[in-house]
Amino acid sequence: MTKIGLEIHCQLTKLKSKLFCSCKADYRGFEPNINICPICVGLPGSLPLLNKKAVEKAAMIAMRLGCKVPPKIGFFRKNYFYPDLPKNFQITQYNVHGPTSIGSEGQILIEDKMIRISRIQIEEDPGRLIYEGDPSKSLTTFVDYNRSGTPLVEIVTEPDFTTPKQVRTFVNILSDLLDNLGVSDTSLEGALRVDANVSIDKGEKVEIKNIGSFRNLEKAIHFELIRQESLAERGMPIPSETRQWDEGRKITISARTKEEEQDYRYFPESDVPHVLIKDQLLEKLKENMPESIISKRERYVEKYGIPNQVAEVLSTDKFYSDLFEKAHNENNAKEIANLITTDLMGLADTKEKRDQLKLKPQHLSDLADAILNNKITRISAKTAIHEIAKTGKPLSEITSELDLGRVDDESSLLNIIDEVFAEEKQAVEDAKQNIETVNYLVGKVMKKTKGKANPSVTLEIIKKKLK
Amino acid sequence: MRLSVSATEYRDQIRNGTVTVEEFVSKTLEKIKKVDEQIHAFITVNDDAINQARNLDKKLKAKEKVGACLGMPISIKDNICTKGIKTTCASKLLQDFVAPYDATVISRLKAEDAIIIGKTNLDEFAMGLTTEFSCYGPTKNPWNIDYVPGGSSGGSAAAVSACESIVSLGSDTGGSVRNPASFCSVFGLKPTYGLVSRYGLVSYANSIEQIGPMARTVEDIAFLMNIIAGQDPNDNTTIDSGAVDYVDDLDVGISGKKIGVVSEMMGEGEQKEVTESTRNAISKLEELGADCEEISISEVLHSVAAYYTLTAAEASSNLARYDNIRYGYDFGVEGFEFNAYISRSRKNFGDEVIRRMLLGTYVLSSGYFGKYYMKAQQVRSLIKTQVERAFQKVDLLISPTVPSMPFKLGEKINDELALFRLDVNTVTANLANIPAISVPFEVKNGLPIGIQLFAGHLQEKLLFQAAHALSKLTKLPESPI
Ligand SMILES: [Zn+2]
Repeated sequence: MTKIGLEIHCQLTKLKSKLFCSCKADYRGFEPNINICPICVGLPGSLPLLNKKAVEKAAMIAMRLGCKVPPKIGFFRKNYFYPDLPKNFQITQYNVHGPTSIGSEGQILIEDKMIRISRIQIEEDPGRLIYEGDPSKSLTTFVDYNRSGTPLVEIVTEPDFTTPKQVRTFVNILSDLLDNLGVSDTSLEGALRVDANVSIDKGEKVEIKNIGSFRNLEKAIHFELIRQESLAERGMPIPSETRQWDEGRKITISARTKEEEQDYRYFPESDVPHVLIKDQLLEKLKENMPESIISKRERYVEKYGIPNQVAEVLSTDKFYSDLFEKAHNENNAKEIANLITTDLMGLADTKEKRDQLKLKPQHLSDLADAILNNKITRISAKTAIHEIAKTGKPLSEITSELDLGRVDDESSLLNIIDEVFAEEKQAVEDAKQNIETVNYLVGKVMKKTKGKANPSVTLEIIKKKLK
Repeated sequence: MRLSVSATEYRDQIRNGTVTVEEFVSKTLEKIKKVDEQIHAFITVNDDAINQARNLDKKLKAKEKVGACLGMPISIKDNICTKGIKTTCASKLLQDFVAPYDATVISRLKAEDAIIIGKTNLDEFAMGLTTEFSCYGPTKNPWNIDYVPGGSSGGSAAAVSACESIVSLGSDTGGSVRNPASFCSVFGLKPTYGLVSRYGLVSYANSIEQIGPMARTVEDIAFLMNIIAGQDPNDNTTIDSGAVDYVDDLDVGISGKKIGVVSEMMGEGEQKEVTESTRNAISKLEELGADCEEISISEVLHSVAAYYTLTAAEASSNLARYDNIRYGYDFGVEGFEFNAYISRSRKNFGDEVIRRMLLGTYVLSSGYFGKYYMKAQQVRSLIKTQVERAFQKVDLLISPTVPSMPFKLGEKINDELALFRLDVNTVTANLANIPAISVPFEVKNGLPIGIQLFAGHLQEKLLFQAAHALSKLTKLPESPI
C-alpha cells in the first residue's frame, strides 16, 4: 500500500520578533545580516530568550489541529554542522520521555479521510545560503543570518495519505487554516515548506526534501511513486534514503548518503527552562482564537442564507472573510458575499494584487446597500468595483464620475426602448411569438444604457409594448 | 600603601581620601608588571584602567555620585565577555575575539564603578584543574611558582592571592573557582545555579556552571554577591532570590548550627595533610558551638563519572559553534569546501578540549545516549535527592575542597584520571545546584589548604556566616610574592 507522510515547516510570520531574541523576524527584502544580534548569530556567551508569543501561537495551532497540549513543554538541541546554522545546533523540540513538544496526536479531516498529526514542535529557522548563480556551479556561498532564529512550527503527519492529490488537498486546507488562525501568511515565499516521506508495499521509506512550491509537491510525490513502482516491478530493492527534488529536471535525485547517516545527538536545551502550559492560558487562547473556517462557513450559510459554495470560498480565504466580516451587516451580508466571490475575485487573486488593492470594507457595504436600494445595477456595480480597486475613491464619487446612477424613470427608458424596437424588428417579432426570447431585447437596452437601466422596469415596459 | 587590602578597606581609604583611585590602580598595574612575568595570571591587561581611574577621581573630587566599588580594580576570568577587551577563553579559536557586549556581571560591576584591571588565564574553555591547558601557557602558584595554582580559574586565584587585583570573578563548572581558591589560599564561591546570570559567560557546560567571586575575605565575597546576584532578563535560567543583603549579619556566628561531615569526602584516597586540616577545622567549628556529625551521601561515589559525562556532552554541543566562520582565529575562508574548512579550523583546539568534545559526542550518539547520558542524568537527580535529604538533617556540609595539596606543574598533566579524581569533593555542589565555598584554612610546608562548606539551595547567607566564623579562627600569612 502507498504510504505518504508529511513534515511541514511553517514560519510564524505574524510574530514581530524571532524565537529566541528580539530581532525583527521578517527577513524578506532586507539587506543581508541587518536584523541580527549576538543571540541569533550565536556569539560566545549569548543565551536564548524564549519568545512566549511563539509558544502561544504554536499552542493555538496544536489546539486547532486537535492535538494534545502537554502541561509542560521543553526544548532540545539538534546537533549538526552547517554554515547557515550559527551555533551548529538547532533549538527544537523532541519527544523522548513522553511528550514535551507543544502538540501531539491530533487529526484533521480532508474530504472523507482523517489525517493523523503525530506531533507539532516549535523550532528556530536557520539562516539562508545565497549562491552566485547556479548553486551546483557556484564557488562562493554567502550566508544571510537575517532569517536565523525566525520562529517555526514543524507539523508532522502520520503516513496516512495514499495519493498525491490527497496531499495537495491537505496542504491547501492546512495553509488556509494557518492563515485563518492569524499565525502565518503562508503565501509568502518560504513561509510554508513541505518534505514528504513516500513508501510503497515492497520498499523502505524515502524522504523527499527541498520541494520548493506546493505545485511541485504533487509532482514530486507523483514522480517518486512511479520511480518506486518501476523499481518494484523489476524486482529491485527500494532502499531508505533522502532524495532531493530537482526543480529543473522535475525528478527526485538521491542526496549524499552522509546526510542520511546523520546522528543529531538530541539532548535537552537547559538554557531554555521548561514552560508550564497552564489550563487558564489554553482557555484564554481558545477564547481569543479566530473562528475556525468550518464554523465560519456554517454561520454564513445558516445566519445569512449564503449559498454553500459561496460560503465555502468566502470562509477558506482569510483575506475575503476578513473583508466580509468588516463590511457586512444583517441586511447586506448576502449581497456582499456575492460581490466578493464574483466581482472582486479576479481583482484580488494574487498577493501582488491584494497588496495594491485600494478597496476598503466600507466600499463593499456602500456598494451592497446601493444595489439593495436600487441605486445602482449589478452590472454597474462591477464597473464600480474595478474603479474602486484602482483608485480607492468613495463610491459616490465614482458613481457620478462614471455616470453609473441607475436609470429607472419610465420616460427616459421608454425612449431607449423605442430606439431598440426600431433597430431590432426581427427580434421584436420573435418575442411576440415566443416571450422567452425577450431577454435579447432587455440585453440590448442594457447595452445602450451601459448597464444602468433598471432591468425589472425595462422588462415590464417591453412586455407591455409587445402586447 | 598596601595592595593587600580588602574591598571594604579599599573603599574606606578612597572615601577618606588617604589614597586616590589612580594611585591604587597604578600601584596595582606596577605589581602586575613586576610579578606577572613569573606568575602569568593575566592574558590581557586593560590599557584604559588608568584613564578610568582618573575619571573616577575627578568625579569623587567633584562630589558626584560614584558607585559602590569606587574604582576598585577587579580581574575577570577570560571566559566572561567584556565589551572592547578581548575574551579569548585561552583558546586559539577565540584569540582575537572581542565581544560586542558586556556580560551581565560586568555591566553590574561597571554600574558600581569597578575597574576591570584585566582578563585572567584559565584552562582552555575552562576545561581543566591546573590552568596548564591554556594556549597561552600555564599560570603559576604565587605561593611557590613550581606549583600549579589549581584551575580552571587559576589566573583569577593567583591574581587575588598575589594582590594583582582586590577581587576577581571566575567560573565554576565542577570546582573551577573553589579548587584554585584552595590552592592559592583565597576564598572562592560557587553560587546556587541560577543566582548569578550566565549571560556573557562563554558556555562550557551550561546546565551546571555558575560565575563565582574570588576574594581575600568572606566579606568581599558577600559584597560582590550583593552586586552580581539576582534575576536577569538576559538569562532565562536565573531565579528570583528576593532581596538579600549578604554583607549584613555576617558575624552572627554558627552556634547551634548542625554541620554534616560528608563521609565519602573524608580520608579515603586523600592526602594526609588535607584530612588532618579538615579534622582540625571541624573541631574548631565545634568549639564555636556548631554540632558536627558524619553524614553519608553515597552517590558522591558516582558523581565524578556523571559529572564528566554530562559536561562533556554539553561541551560537545556548546563548542560546536567555533567553526571560524563568523569570528575567531584569523584564517581565510575562501577556497575551502565547508567541511574541510571547519575541520581544519577545529584542529586548533587544545588536546584536552578535543578529548572532552569527542567524549561528549560519543555519549550523546544514538545507541549510547541511554547508556551514558541518561544514566548520568539519573545519577544527577539521585545526588540532588540525597543532598536535599541531608539538608533536612543539617544546616551545612563540610569537606576538604580538594583531596590533595597543590602539586608541581607537569606532575599530573598526563594523568587524566588522577586529575579527574581531584574534582570528587567539588562536583556535588554543581550537580545538586547548591552553593559551596572554599575557605583558606592552613598553610603547610608553604602550600595552602582550603576547607569547603556547602549550604542548601539559595542559602548563601548562612554559608557566608559559617565561612566567616571559620576564617576568623585563623590568621593566614599573605602569599610570599
Ligand atoms: Zn537576534
